Amino acid sequence: MSVTDVSTTAPAPSGPQRADPAGGRSEWSAARIALLLLRGRTLIVLVLLVVVFGLLSGDYLTHSNLILMTKHVSINAILAIGVTFVIVTGGIDLSVGSIAGLASMIVGGLIFNGLGWFGGGRIYFSTVVVVLIGIAVGALVGAVNGLIITRFRVAPFIATLGMLYVARGFAQLRSNGGTYPDLSGSSARGNTGFDVLGVKSWLGIPVAVWIMVVVAVIAVVVTTRTPFGRRVFAVGGNERAALLSGIRTNRVKVAVYVISGALAGLAGLMLTSELGAAYPDTATTYELNAIAAAVLGGTALAGGRGTIVGTLLGAFVIGFLSDGLVLIGVSTFWQSVVKGAVIIFAVITEQAQERLQARLAGRTA
Amino acid sequence: MTGATVAAAAPVDDDAVLVARHVSKSYGGVQALRDVSFTARRGKVNVLVGENGAGKSTLMKILSGSEQPTSGELLLDGRPVVLSDPRTAMELGIGIIHQELSLFPNLSVAENMFAGRELRKGRRFVDFATQRRRTREVLTRLGQDVDPGTPVGNLPIGQQQLVEIGRVLMEDVRILIMDEPTSALSNHEVDVLFGVMEDLRRQDVTVIYISHKLDEFRRIGDRVTVFRDGRLVAEADMTDTDTGWIVRQMVGRDPSSLYQRQATTPGDVLLEVTGLTCPGPARPLLDGVDLTVSAGEVVGIYGLMGAGRTELMECLMGTRVASAGEVRIRGELETRATVQRRLGAGLALVPEDRQRDGLVQTMSVKENITLATLSSLVRGLFLRPAPERATATGKVADLSIKVPSIGASVTALSGGNQQKVVLARAMLTEPVVLLLDEPTRGVDVGAKSQIAGIMADLAAQGYGVLFSSSELAEVMAMANRVIVLAKGRITAEYSAEEVTEEKLVTASASDRVLEDLA
Repeated sequence: MSVTDVSTTAPAPSGPQRADPAGGRSEWSAARIALLLLRGRTLIVLVLLVVVFGLLSGDYLTHSNLILMTKHVSINAILAIGVTFVIVTGGIDLSVGSIAGLASMIVGGLIFNGLGWFGGGRIYFSTVVVVLIGIAVGALVGAVNGLIITRFRVAPFIATLGMLYVARGFAQLRSNGGTYPDLSGSSARGNTGFDVLGVKSWLGIPVAVWIMVVVAVIAVVVTTRTPFGRRVFAVGGNERAALLSGIRTNRVKVAVYVISGALAGLAGLMLTSELGAAYPDTATTYELNAIAAAVLGGTALAGGRGTIVGTLLGAFVIGFLSDGLVLIGVSTFWQSVVKGAVIIFAVITEQAQERLQARLAGRTA
Repeated sequence: MTGATVAAAAPVDDDAVLVARHVSKSYGGVQALRDVSFTARRGKVNVLVGENGAGKSTLMKILSGSEQPTSGELLLDGRPVVLSDPRTAMELGIGIIHQELSLFPNLSVAENMFAGRELRKGRRFVDFATQRRRTREVLTRLGQDVDPGTPVGNLPIGQQQLVEIGRVLMEDVRILIMDEPTSALSNHEVDVLFGVMEDLRRQDVTVIYISHKLDEFRRIGDRVTVFRDGRLVAEADMTDTDTGWIVRQMVGRDPSSLYQRQATTPGDVLLEVTGLTCPGPARPLLDGVDLTVSAGEVVGIYGLMGAGRTELMECLMGTRVASAGEVRIRGELETRATVQRRLGAGLALVPEDRQRDGLVQTMSVKENITLATLSSLVRGLFLRPAPERATATGKVADLSIKVPSIGASVTALSGGNQQKVVLARAMLTEPVVLLLDEPTRGVDVGAKSQIAGIMADLAAQGYGVLFSSSELAEVMAMANRVIVLAKGRITAEYSAEEVTEEKLVTASASDRVLEDLA
C-alpha cells in the first residue's frame, strides 16, 4: 500500500479542513506567528519576568542585583547544561545533585585534611589539582551511571535514582556526616585560593558567571558544530537508526553521563567555594532545578530535541523568578507553587509547539 | 480455467450469507478499495488472495466492523446491516482472527480467552473455575495440551495464534474471518487448524480466509477471490482453478513495464555467506544460509512473512547475532559482527521499517543524509557546514528527492522520498554491497520504479545489490538472480531467465519439502 504523498495531497487527515483558500492563508500566517511566539517563549517569559519584577521592586533592576542573580543562576545553569546532554539522548540524570555533594566533600577533605599517606604522613595537593580531582570524581560517577545503563540495560531513571542515594551516601561517609568548615587552605601547603571559584570576581563579574559563560560556549559549539553533538541528537531521535548508521550508541550514552557528572562536580565545587565550607548535604535536590531548567528551555524528555541556549534561558527564568519572588517578599512556600506551575506550563506549551510544527511542516512540504 | 472475471455486482443467491456491495474505501488520498462486490458463501471456506496492499485486509476490517466503508453497503442474510464497531459485528456472529496477535502476554490462557467478557460468579467475582474448564475444552478441540493457567507470553508463537483462534471459537460465530492465521504455525498446527475448519464447515459456519500460501489454501478452500490494486479482479470455485491462474490474476500487469533491469555479466564475488545460522525461539530464524553477491549483480531474496528475510539482513549488518556461519566481503573473512565493522568493510543496509530503523525523525533531511558519514565532513574537531550542505544537496539531486529544502524536517517528506533519504545515507558510505530490505514497501508506484532504477544503476557501476521482497512482480522484474527463502532456509535459486511466478510461489511455501528433508 502506498503512503500518502504529502507533497501532492491535500492537508493531513488529522488537520482541520479549510473552506476557502484565503481564510486558509490568513490562518496559516497566524499559525506561523503563534509558532514563532511558542519557539521564543522562554525568552519572552524571561523578559516579562524582568519587566514585572522591575516594576514591582525598585531594587530588582539594579546593576548589583542583576549580577547577584546571574551568579545565583550560574550553578544551576552548569548542572542543567550537563543534564541537557543526557536528556537529548533520551535519558535522565537524577544524580547530579548528589554528585555535586560528593565532589564537594572529597575536595573539602583534600583541602582541609589532605590525603592520608603511609606512615601517618599527609599530602596536600595544590588547589588546581584539587579542583581537577573534584571534576574527575564527577566524571567517574557519571561513567558508572553510563555503564550501568548501557551494559546492564537499567533504565536511566532507575540507574541515576540509585546513584542519587549511593553518591549522597558516600558524601556523608567521607566525614561521617560532619562538615569541613574551613577551606581557605594555607600558603605553606600551597592550597590557598579555593575561594576564587565562588567568591571572587574578575572585571567586576563573578568568576562563577565567567565559568558559566565558558561552559555554555563550549557546550553550544559541541552540540551544534561537532560530529559528537550530532550523534547525541541522533541517539535521542532514533537510537536504532543511529546504530545502523554506524554510531556507537553506547559510547555516546556513556559520554553524556560523563559530561553530566563532570559538570555536576564542577558545580559542586563552585557551590562549596561560595559557602566556604563542605557539607555532606550540599546541592541536595539540585537535580530537580537542573531538569526543570532544561525542560523549560525546550529540551524534549523523549530525546532528540533541545538546545543549550534554551536550557540557559530556562535556568535564568527559574533563578530570576525565585530571586524576584524573594525580593517582593513572597513566602518560600508560594515560590515553590509558582515554580512548579511554570514548569508544567512550559511542557504544555512545548506540546502545542510540536503539534503546530508538525502541522506547518505538512503544509509547507 | 473458467474463472470469470467479475465486474458487475455479484448476484444475490441463497448461498450468500455476507455480501459487500460496491464497497469503496479511501484513507486520505489513497484508495484502498475500489467498488468491490464480494459474496461470502454459507458453509464454505472463501479464500481471498492478493499481494500486499491489494485491499484484502481492508475488506476484512470492513466486514468485521473495525472500519467503515467510504461508500457501498453490506448485506447480512440479504438484509442491509451497518457494522459500526467490532462488538456489533460480534453480536451478529461475525468473528475475526487478526494477523497480528491481540493477546495479553502477561495474562493466562484462560484470562485471555475471556478477556472483556469474563464469566461471573455472583455479580462481582470472576468465575475462574468455569473459565478454566471451558478453556481446556476449547484447547482440546484445537489439539493443544496446555494448562489454561499458563501465561500466554510463555507459549511459542504458534500456540499463541491457536489461543487467538480459540478465543473466537468460544463465541457463537456464524462467520469466521481469518487473516493469514497460519503464518506463525508449524505444519502440524496447520493440520489441526484445518481439521477445526472442516468441523466448522460441517456446522454450516462460513469461513473467510486470507492467505498467501497457495499450497495451503488450495487444500482447504472452496471458493477463491483475487484482489489486485484495491479491486476484486476474479473469483472462481477452487476446483476450477490452478496455481498458474491464481498467480496470473494476482500479478496482473506486465511487471517489466514498471521496473528496469540490466542484463549484466557478474564480476568478482563481493559478498560470500556460508552456513549463516541464527537461533530463534521455536526453530532457527536462519538455518545454514549460503549465498553470494557479485559485482554488477542485483540479487533478490523472495520469501513470505517470517521466512527470515529481515533476519538475514540484520545478521549481515551486525545488528543481530548469528550463531554460526561465515561472512566474506571481497574475500576477507569478517569475524566481528558489529555495525561499524560491517560498514567499514563495505556493507550498508536500507532497513525494512524506515520509521523504526531508518529515519531520525527529529532531524532535518540534510542531517539524516550525512549521519553515517559525519567523520568525512570534519576539519579538526568541527563539522564543516559548507561541504555538508553540498554533500546533502548533491544526493538530493542525484536521487531526485523532492524536498522543500534540505533543512526541512524529514517527517515532512512522502514515504518514497523518505526512503530515498535513507538510501542516500547508505550510498554515501560507499558500500561494496548495498543491502535493501523491502525497499519499496509503503512507497508509491513512481518512487518504486525510481528505486529500482537506482539499484540497477548501482549494479551497472560495479556494486553488488542484495534486496529482499515479498512481492512477486517486483522481485522478478528487478533481480538478475532470485534466491527463495522459506522458514530460514534457502529453498531455490533462479536466474532472471528461468524464474517464473509459479516456481517462486512453490519454493517459498515448500514447508513440506523442508520437513521431508529434515
